[in-house]
Amino acid sequence: MSQKPPAADVVKEPSMLKQKEMIEANYERLSGAKAQGRKVASTFVPGNLNELIMCFDLANNLPEINAIQNGMRKKSGMLIMEAEKRGHSEDVCTYVKADLGMMAKGNLGPNGKPLPEPDVLLLSYTGCFTFMKWFELVREQYKCETLMLHVPYEGEGHATKSMRDYVVKQLKEVVIPGLEKVSGVKFDIDRLRQYLRESAKAEDDFVWVLESAKRRPSPIDAYFGGVYYIGPIFTAFRGTPDATEYYRLLRQEIAARIAQGQGPITPEGDFGQEKYRLVVEGPPNWTSFRDFWKMFHDEGAVVVASTYTKVGGLYDLGFRHDPDHPLESLADYCLGCYTNRNLPSRIDLIEKYVRDYEADGLLINSIKSCNSFSAGQLLVLREIERRTGKPAAFIETDLVDPRYFSAANVKNRLESYLQMIEQKRRGASPRAAA
Amino acid sequence: MSDTAAIVAQCEAMFEDLSFTGVRAWKAAVPGRKVVGFMPFYVPRELIHAAGALPFGILGGGDQLEVIHGDAYYQSYICRIPRSTIELAVTGKLDMVDAMLFPSICDVIRNLSGMWKIMFPKVKARYLDVPQNFRADIGGTFYRGELGELRAMLAELTGKPATDDDLRASIRAYNANRRLVREVYAFRAAEPWKAPSSEVYLVMRAGMVLPVETHSKLLADYLAAAKASDRPKRDNSRIIVSGAFCEQPPLNLIKSIELAGCYIVDDDFMLVNRWEQSDVAEQGDPLAALADSYLRDSADTAAKYEPDQARKGRYLVELVKKRGAEGVIFAAPSFCDPALLERPMLQRVLASHDIPYIAFKYAENSGQMQPIREQAGTFADSIKLWS
Repeated sequence: MSQKPPAADVVKEPSMLKQKEMIEANYERLSGAKAQGRKVASTFVPGNLNELIMCFDLANNLPEINAIQNGMRKKSGMLIMEAEKRGHSEDVCTYVKADLGMMAKGNLGPNGKPLPEPDVLLLSYTGCFTFMKWFELVREQYKCETLMLHVPYEGEGHATKSMRDYVVKQLKEVVIPGLEKVSGVKFDIDRLRQYLRESAKAEDDFVWVLESAKRRPSPIDAYFGGVYYIGPIFTAFRGTPDATEYYRLLRQEIAARIAQGQGPITPEGDFGQEKYRLVVEGPPNWTSFRDFWKMFHDEGAVVVASTYTKVGGLYDLGFRHDPDHPLESLADYCLGCYTNRNLPSRIDLIEKYVRDYEADGLLINSIKSCNSFSAGQLLVLREIERRTGKPAAFIETDLVDPRYFSAANVKNRLESYLQMIEQKRRGASPRAAA
Repeated sequence: MSDTAAIVAQCEAMFEDLSFTGVRAWKAAVPGRKVVGFMPFYVPRELIHAAGALPFGILGGGDQLEVIHGDAYYQSYICRIPRSTIELAVTGKLDMVDAMLFPSICDVIRNLSGMWKIMFPKVKARYLDVPQNFRADIGGTFYRGELGELRAMLAELTGKPATDDDLRASIRAYNANRRLVREVYAFRAAEPWKAPSSEVYLVMRAGMVLPVETHSKLLADYLAAAKASDRPKRDNSRIIVSGAFCEQPPLNLIKSIELAGCYIVDDDFMLVNRWEQSDVAEQGDPLAALADSYLRDSADTAAKYEPDQARKGRYLVELVKKRGAEGVIFAAPSFCDPALLERPMLQRVLASHDIPYIAFKYAENSGQMQPIREQAGTFADSIKLWS
């Protein structure tokens, strides 16, 4: 196995620096919110209503992102144990426990400053049961206004008019009046339309970025790199000129890499030769993110498509925020997020990715914390193998609990899987090779 | 054999029968009959009944089922009920089921609905979404629409579209059943020594496999027999079991709690039997009546959002008062997101009312009861000594 020497400094491109600035500015905005008299909303990533939140001048706090930041900074383990000491079960979602642990330990953001107490919890209940309990737990502490937006699950594989009407009606009669009350700002639908128009611009470039991975070599890694690419559009920036600019820069950089026949950029520099093209299902592990990624690029394995980069919207299937139908568009967005789609739809999508991106197979990173993703993944694996004839493999880690990341096991599984792909290329059956 | 013993023996035989002979016999009795399986915690059984089908509650495989195939579909950190349910299906024990309903209880059961579509394509599988918005004009409108779609699916399945009159008749049958369920629970709370929970559990569980009319008769018979029975009253502590609304505890666990010196005076096993807290309206639009009952008058449980922070967990405090309970045992299945995420909130509410509690986890196939007995026994003693 060839290993690149670790780079002393992480290589940063302009788009990365731009995103870093955006994230830092958002955390500064949050930590300074109370001093500036700005109200704060907390909400979740899947089905988030960033454009709507901006209509009320609210600072946007995303607890999942805080948990990820703490995971990547190696702080989440201690926070999770703090929550467990306070009675939370070892069996439940570690994002929740990292968040509750953070609250118990002073609620410090990544900039070292305390995050403000939320004025409103916007409970966009999309694709994950745990969200509901998470904000009930947070509400218990802050006793603040909580606005539930129940987004029905696409159990039959599609959204119905009744589902859309239900979401729109909640937006009109619960969410918008609630946000008006908390913020003191009157809702202006033209302002919303403007943000949605801006969102759609960024979404076009974002899809171009994702689909660039259809090339050989792929100029991007659509999982490890992809989690950075989704950052602005899935979080507090969708609908802002900053996000549009970020995706313009990113597209430019990727176009340049394509022109030079280059592969993805990694924290250690250029990717090198592309040997394996994988589709990955499931969220990444955050506590050992760079080590995890390195295991892949050391082997020349590039991820050409991933499902995790669809939890905040399936733009590559054609969805765009639509300023002409603002509330309906928000409803469609919420309904269509990846984990709000039924398992057959998820399998169809993965199959499409394996074919469209000419992948060598599917790797599932099964996350202990996340039943929304994980329950059913072994069937996903079987179905994809059966439908595509490509080998699939399974590794198990967790989101932000370092106790559930075993580097040796993950590396062994990955190496065995890549050997399986090699054997498959030589004509042996994947099962025999396994 | 006493009357209660005979009834309980009959229920226990149904409970242990993993071939579901009674359900098969019901289906075979009349050509064309259909069976509609459902998972916890709630489905509107009236719709199934009105369509002429048998609602069949599937609560996993219990502790007598060896799970082999089911484990191949789930990681070790996922609860047991989906794997044992798949085991039942893969081994042909559910081959009389024509349709399956998966209520909105958690992501595992939700995803199982999609797995069912792939694994058993001849069985109609439907995820049943329930509203988390409780306004009649928002959540109610949505849910009435969902009920309408379910009604249409069942009509297609059975070839017998349920009329509004059919539905109203079914509502009446289930109202009668729920009244009896409430009577049995009230009687157990009043005289728990005459209606041990291990018996009440089996009598309630029988409702998962019997036609509602038969189950209502069974409940009435049990109630009469239990009232007439003469059993010694013990100096037990009165406790409520909370958190067991989906994957069911082994019967031995319930017996162990009782043997440890606890009278279980309320529980959330099989919530579907008493989801609606009072009668569903028997006049007017039946779908609207069911939707309205869901919004206004259904049980509280972890799978339901509580819009009012001040009300969070109050139902448990009120239940403790209503039943004269002295403590709560939180018994949740391992890896059960709803129960385990809910538990700390409920515990804090109880603590603020000085209501003692303990907590443990189980799986439907837990075999070692000694730790449970010791924990429950210590809890019962501590209540007697210090509360």
